[in-house]
Amino acid sequence: MRYITYLVIGIFFGIIMFKSEAASWFRIYEMFNFGSFHMYGIIGSALVLGVTGVQLIKRKNIKPLDGGEMSLQPKNKSVARYLIGGTIFGLGWALAGVCPGPIYVLAGAGYISILIVLLGAVLGTFLYGLIKDRLPH
Amino acid sequence: MEYIYEPWPWYVAGPLIALVMFILLLIGKQLGMSSNLRTACAAVGAGKASDFFKFNWKAERWNLMVVLGAAIGGFIASTYLSNGTVKINPRTAQQLSDDYNIKSAGKAYLPTEIFAAENLADPLNIVILLIGGLLVGFGARYAGGCTSGHAISGLSNLQLPSLIAVIGFFIGGLVMIHLLYPIIF
Repeated sequence: MRYITYLVIGIFFGIIMFKSEAASWFRIYEMFNFGSFHMYGIIGSALVLGVTGVQLIKRKNIKPLDGGEMSLQPKNKSVARYLIGGTIFGLGWALAGVCPGPIYVLAGAGYISILIVLLGAVLGTFLYGLIKDRLPH
Repeated sequence: MEYIYEPWPWYVAGPLIALVMFILLLIGKQLGMSSNLRTACAAVGAGKASDFFKFNWKAERWNLMVVLGAAIGGFIASTYLSNGTVKINPRTAQQLSDDYNIKSAGKAYLPTEIFAAENLADPLNIVILLIGGLLVGFGARYAGGCTSGHAISGLSNLQLPSLIAVIGFFIGGLVMIHLLYPIIF
């Protein structure tokens, strides 16, 4: 039953990504060219609601349905890993024109070539696991 | 009927993404679309190669269900709810055509010059897609999250590390598009 819930959430997310064109290479290229407000509007409006809602959750001490704790732990403090890792991610985001969520959405939409990006992403994740102890964090 | 195929404007999509984040929070999880890659590595035995993949991945199987759902959502939207084209700023489309000979803006969802299956015969396209994916996977784990984990979940929780990561995303993206694209394409 739990798995069905996650599957339905994923389907909903996938439709949003495709229909908003956030999964389109063209929209990512256009965003980094400052050619349209579209992508900034998506992230910005999600954040206005996101920040407001998270503040509400914290102030009212709202708990998840099963009574545990909200997954809102503070992230570890650092600059290097976020800045360097983030920059590497951004290079890939713009080169392939997709971030991780849309990779799956596009695979489902039938774009065979995206499987090469997925293979790269799995290899990149594995490579990070191999050399992470030698990287500044 | 035509309106079914129209793209959703940002002021519909953004709030719906926030809604997905809150639904996940309410069931004790968080929005993030890249940690499933680590789960997948662990599930196929990468723990033998690195301790990074030695964790209770079975507890993280839920995120594999989310991305399976995302793929199904992509199938539904592309098959029933879209005419498979994306209109962008005409100036950007013109520039893509002039500078990089990418002429499919407005005619396709992804540039056919890079993504059409028959163009995989060009080794450059394979290298671009593979390296792009590699950087995305490596960078997402190094930074501890991707667009959804940092730019949506993390910033919603006012996390400074997420802001630094998002600044990194844009440094990388701008360098790629403005400095490296002219060399690569």
